[in-house]
Amino acid sequence: MTVWWIGNAVLLLVVVPVVVVLLRGVLEAAKRTRAAVEELGPVARAASADLDAVEMLRTTRTQVNQTVTVVADYGGSLDTILDDA
Amino acid sequence: MEPAAIVTIIAAVLIIAALVVYLVAVIGELRKINAGLEAVIGSVGEVVRKSQPVGEIVEAINADLTAGTDLLEGLLEKKAGPDDGPGLIESVFPGGGKAMLERQGRAGEVKNIDIVYTRGAIQLARLGRESPLGAGPLRGEALRDAIHSSAAARSLYTRPGGDPTARPASPAIGVDAPRVYPAAEAPTSGDGAGSGAKEAGHSATG
Repeated sequence: MTVWWIGNAVLLLVVVPVVVVLLRGVLEAAKRTRAAVEELGPVARAASADLDAVEMLRTTRTQVNQTVTVVADYGGSLDTILDDA
Repeated sequence: MEPAAIVTIIAAVLIIAALVVYLVAVIGELRKINAGLEAVIGSVGEVVRKSQPVGEIVEAINADLTAGTDLLEGLLEKKAGPDDGPGLIESVFPGGGKAMLERQGRAGEVKNIDIVYTRGAIQLARLGRESPLGAGPLRGEALRDAIHSSAAARSLYTRPGGDPTARPASPAIGVDAPRVYPAAEAPTSGDGAGSGAKEAGHSATG
């Protein structure tokens, strides 16, 4: 009987508080994770919005190509006009 | 029932109650996390989709620019020479001349042309034009001659039928000039102007 009472005391004074502390830690971690995920949402949306300008790169590529073509034409003219070294 | 058994049952109930309360709360948090991650994954998917063509486009742009750079550097090297070409680039874009040498697989010191000559003058000189920078008297073709100035510019000012190396004479003024214009009349006004003009005309005819 004495051992049973000692077991009950250990159960109430040690096991129950340890279980509560561990479960509370898991719950706090889950809450922090949720907060981080909620902060991540606007960042991801902003990053996606920033990449809207990527479509402009196609225009940039076309214009760079045209510019290099014009430069090549000028280079050909300069090659004709100027003497070699 | 034994009192010890009752206490044991109470302890077990307490443990189970704590488990239920906290695990239900954790489940609720995990569901919110799941919903938030689904929203984030949607945005991340957009990021991936939008950034997918970046590599191809940037590579194409780099290829075009590299072709343009090779073209201009080749032209510059052909016209200014293998040493002065990088020097010219260096004078305009510090570090560019060394980069040009590295692209050509060459090593060595880049001539810093800008220290010796002004930028514009050396560009004209190195690009095939005659150098106007000589300190001495005129002497022949002075292309890239750092000592003599050029006499070739005289060919731009030839006299028709005369000495091809002479510049045209400056216009002569004064009484010995080949063409002398009459002096302008004094400005007058009213009737006096008419009589003055008559007098001038009379004296001219007389």
